[in-house]
Amino acid sequence: MESTDLREYHSVGMSVPRKEGRDKVTGAARYVDDISMPGIVYGATVRSKVARGRIKSIRFGNEVAWDEFVIVTAKDIPGKNHVALIADDQPCLAENIVNHPEEPILLLAHPDRHALPKAVEAVSIEYDPLPAIHSIEESERCSEIIWGSDNTFKTFLIEKGDVDAIWNNADYIVEAEYFTGAQEQLYIENNGIIAAVDAGLGITVWGSLQCPYYVHKALMTLCALPEDKVRVVQTETGGAFGGKEEYPSMIAGHAALLAIKSGHPVKIVYDRLEDMTATTKRHPSRTRHRTAVSKDGKILGGEIEFTIDGGAYTTLSPVVLSRGTIHAGGPYYWPAVRIRGKAVATNAPPNGAFRGFGAPQSLFAMERHMDRIARVLGLSPVEIRRRNFLQPEQTTTTEQTIKEEINLNHLLDRALELSGYESKRARFAIENESAGSKKGMGIAAFLHGAGFTGSGERYLGSVVGIEAHADGRVRVLVSSAEFGQGTNTVLCQIAAETLGLPYEDIEIAQPDTREVPNSGPTVASRTAMIVGKLVQSAAVGLKQTLSGCALLGDTYTRAQFSTACGKYAAARGPLKSYARYESPSGIFWDDEKYRGEAYSAFAWAVYVAEVEVDLTTYSVSVKDFVALQEIGKVLHPVLATGQIAGGVAQAIGFALYEKVNQQNGRMQNGQMTNYIMPTSVDLPPIRVFFEEIGSAHGAYGAKGIGELPMDGPAPAIVNAVEDATSIPFNSIPLLPEDVFEAMTARLEPGNAAIPLAGAR
Amino acid sequence: MRSDPAEFDLVAPGNLYAVVALLADEPGVWLPVAGGTDLMVLFAAGTLAARRLVSIWNLPELRQIEVFAHEIRVGAGCTYTDLREHVIVRQEFSLLASAAAWTGGIANQNRGTLGGNIVNASPAADSLPALLVYEAELILVSACGERRIPYRIFHTGYKKMELRSDELIRSVCLPRRFANYFPYARKAGARNAQAISKVCIAALGRLAGGAIEDVRIALGSVAPVPLRLPETERLLIGKTVAPSLLEAARKAACTEIQPIDDIRSTARYRAAVAANLVAEFLGKLHAEGRSP
Amino acid sequence: MKASTTSAGKCEVSFTINGEPKTVFVYPMERLLDVLRGQLTLTGAKEGCGEGECGSCSVLMDSVLVNSCLVPVLQASGTKIITIEGLAEDSRLHPLQTAFLDCGGAQCGICTPGMILAASHLLHKRPEPTLDDIREALSGNLCRCTGYMQIFDAVMQAARHRTAT
Repeated sequence: MESTDLREYHSVGMSVPRKEGRDKVTGAARYVDDISMPGIVYGATVRSKVARGRIKSIRFGNEVAWDEFVIVTAKDIPGKNHVALIADDQPCLAENIVNHPEEPILLLAHPDRHALPKAVEAVSIEYDPLPAIHSIEESERCSEIIWGSDNTFKTFLIEKGDVDAIWNNADYIVEAEYFTGAQEQLYIENNGIIAAVDAGLGITVWGSLQCPYYVHKALMTLCALPEDKVRVVQTETGGAFGGKEEYPSMIAGHAALLAIKSGHPVKIVYDRLEDMTATTKRHPSRTRHRTAVSKDGKILGGEIEFTIDGGAYTTLSPVVLSRGTIHAGGPYYWPAVRIRGKAVATNAPPNGAFRGFGAPQSLFAMERHMDRIARVLGLSPVEIRRRNFLQPEQTTTTEQTIKEEINLNHLLDRALELSGYESKRARFAIENESAGSKKGMGIAAFLHGAGFTGSGERYLGSVVGIEAHADGRVRVLVSSAEFGQGTNTVLCQIAAETLGLPYEDIEIAQPDTREVPNSGPTVASRTAMIVGKLVQSAAVGLKQTLSGCALLGDTYTRAQFSTACGKYAAARGPLKSYARYESPSGIFWDDEKYRGEAYSAFAWAVYVAEVEVDLTTYSVSVKDFVALQEIGKVLHPVLATGQIAGGVAQAIGFALYEKVNQQNGRMQNGQMTNYIMPTSVDLPPIRVFFEEIGSAHGAYGAKGIGELPMDGPAPAIVNAVEDATSIPFNSIPLLPEDVFEAMTARLEPGNAAIPLAGAR
Repeated sequence: MRSDPAEFDLVAPGNLYAVVALLADEPGVWLPVAGGTDLMVLFAAGTLAARRLVSIWNLPELRQIEVFAHEIRVGAGCTYTDLREHVIVRQEFSLLASAAAWTGGIANQNRGTLGGNIVNASPAADSLPALLVYEAELILVSACGERRIPYRIFHTGYKKMELRSDELIRSVCLPRRFANYFPYARKAGARNAQAISKVCIAALGRLAGGAIEDVRIALGSVAPVPLRLPETERLLIGKTVAPSLLEAARKAACTEIQPIDDIRSTARYRAAVAANLVAEFLGKLHAEGRSP
Repeated sequence: MKASTTSAGKCEVSFTINGEPKTVFVYPMERLLDVLRGQLTLTGAKEGCGEGECGSCSVLMDSVLVNSCLVPVLQASGTKIITIEGLAEDSRLHPLQTAFLDCGGAQCGICTPGMILAASHLLHKRPEPTLDDIREALSGNLCRCTGYMQIFDAVMQAARHRTAT
């Protein structure tokens, strides 16, 4: 390093190389199934074949040499038999009762991976079946109680203003029901974990996961071990999208139990069929809107009932419900509103986190409903939104005052221009008369709160560390996981920028609970914004420590920094700086009334979809897509664009392709051949644009973006399909079979909810 | 991966003579495997019943396309990529080239074979309707010699076929009579690539003086086997394309097919789209077809 | 625990992997994917689906892109196989690898080895592909992270580099 090097180093806002990118493009990156260790054996899970029942008997077939296997049942659990998360209702291994198909009952291990599938098949379990529930409606009827006293995991009530008074002043009351189906995260790397036990050190697990400390906590409970006897290490993770937020605690528990009993390291890796049929999905939803509207198109108020299907156990349903309920009013001003959120139980594998986390469901309903209101009033979808957009200083449904200088009308104007909305609609109106296909345009306007809701971040109390080595290299210490979204890169950029060092000088530690503090789970679009801000603070702290010892001035060169680090290390030992989350002052949130500042920042967006409905095959394809969002600060243009494009693609799947076919609680299409995600020839050009109004709460003004792109595409697409066909579809996924049934039934436009073949 | 490779045997004699000798020696014991794009999926799922397999992948005798004046003989071991790249297949048998292009992705096209598609006999198989309209004939080979049969009698029922346990398909013979027919092929699937068809059509037509002189229509995924539509074809011969004819053709097509509800789609949807495809073909034939 | 072992039924299979001759002693029906990842410790090829749908197991076999999860290892006998590990020359990255890094073509990275090999197969057959050519060539490789846009950019960039040099 040149001592005369006086360059200023910047990396925030630049598309620096992905930290772990080289390993990924050379095949050197090590995902959990790429890893082995001496003496490793393989684990498999024996699962329920019924949706609900009492276990009567378990027989081990004669065709297998059982003495070669290690067998684990609930009786082998050293600690408590539940997967620690929010409630304690989900067993790690079912003991007497099963409540969903594919519920884990016992575990097998064997040195030969190939011996396991036959062994699993050779375990015969007899059940006394119990009546099972498979829909929200059945659950609500309560003719069979499968959970708690009334099949309800959680409810929320948001009330603002005087809702009962608005109906008499309404010129119109618009009522409708909207549905979204389950969706599989479909990360290309299936769930996998390796667990090993050491008499002195305790249990270590390595695996594909988002939240090392969630797994850490779950293993402490399951194995009755103290904090320092459980270690969790995240391996390179091939996609997650929320599907590896809570589920890894289950599979890690299984691997740990087998490791304890066998005395060997144990690897459990699912194949695609097991992963799809046994692990979490996006919550199916039903949203009911009843809205009072004035004749000049202003929302006077309304009632929203948002209900999600949580599957058989609580898992994360209360939190998904929370976010969906808070987002249910969209980016609009509601003078009065009552929002009831409810999560109910059914006998299906528990549903869980998936990018968007309740918001894609309730925002689908809101944005479809806006178009419906527009139609009733004879206004355009553009105009109805203009008249109701939230303005700065107005309050949201939770009475949070919008402090950001957001201008949704401007976003809308820009999105309309970028997409050619008006001119295309005019052209399509003529072309649709005679063509063999019908084209349409659709809009969605929405918001997404970054970080944990309300007091969530305060409860998390995230901690971040930065250490400086004697040679001046710096290492970021967080439990935030990289799984493609760019955690490693962005956090190193922030550290580099704050320290004024080259990006290349910054490393980030592999998330290992022995090495890094708990910076919170890698969820909720919180990493760049909240953890990034803490990285910034810790970096400032590091500088202050060095300048406090008179080793560094206010400005310095790269060489001076490394000299200072060397001197510090020689005199005082390792240099580490920590920062802990502190709630911004003046933030008010009432957990009982669900009122106040729900999020410290929102990202805002307007998306526009152009679709074509083929009249021969009834398929809907998206021909062009504009995604415009305001996200605070674009920390890394290529990564941010990639996040939005990928999220839009996943949401196009949610809208048009991805259907979970469930029969008696079991997914029937658990293979990539018949669970359909879009390929490279199915997607339109996805054109991504950003605006930046910095947020004080995020690093360099950044707000969260990971989940935002999941919220808008589905309603924009279905709005476009209605524009093209005049049919008010209210349910996704919208498959060609559904379009066919509706078109050939020749319904009049503007009808209420249509029962669609195979729609739910 | 739900099978144990230790329980399976795979041999690769390396030439056709040795393979058919093996099949003759132990009929019903050895399952031929070509590119593996169907059988290896069953193997991984743990549902491949056979335990002993004989590889016919890349056998030189099976992987040629022989061009004669009156016909081409496509070796059953030719891959979809071989079909797509062959000049005569592209020029004179475009329905087959199209079907090859919409089967799987590139990697599966490089390994999947025409013979495999026929013998796997999925009702949704992509290439088979084209073989019906081209009036293909199959050369079947065994240790006893060869025999030649019309392809249209090959499928005798769902996954049942006119093939002895000691026989292989050697070639698919396609008569070179269709170069000046108007071809039309289309597949309706869940997405634009890597989709098992919900309905697919292969059709040829020829106009003379504005009327339909000859027409051949075949559909996949609407019956246990790929289907020609003889009644619909009969109705169309000699007629001029007009809305009333399209209506009649749609109705006739619907009477000839037996679509079902399954994991991929519904009978009603399949019937409607089949009728639409027939109508779309006739519309295009009228607009773009030319007299010989 | 003890495992039952049998070597009856195994055979020697020889091929060239990334330019090096190799011989393995395997069951003939072992999947090429498992032999690459296991005995040959080349873990770049991944199992995403086990049924030839996702393409994350793709390798080049005699210059032809195949899904290695569908290839019985016996059928790879005598062939030249290239995996992602064989693409870079010493420490110099292949233009596709550089382009994927520049353009954001790899996010979680699990589809990346197969995707890069599929792109390499395309550029070999068609050095100046159109966007439609690229879309079609990659239609057997599923990516859940990128929405494919930046992968297309990467392939375009690599193609330009090839024709420039």
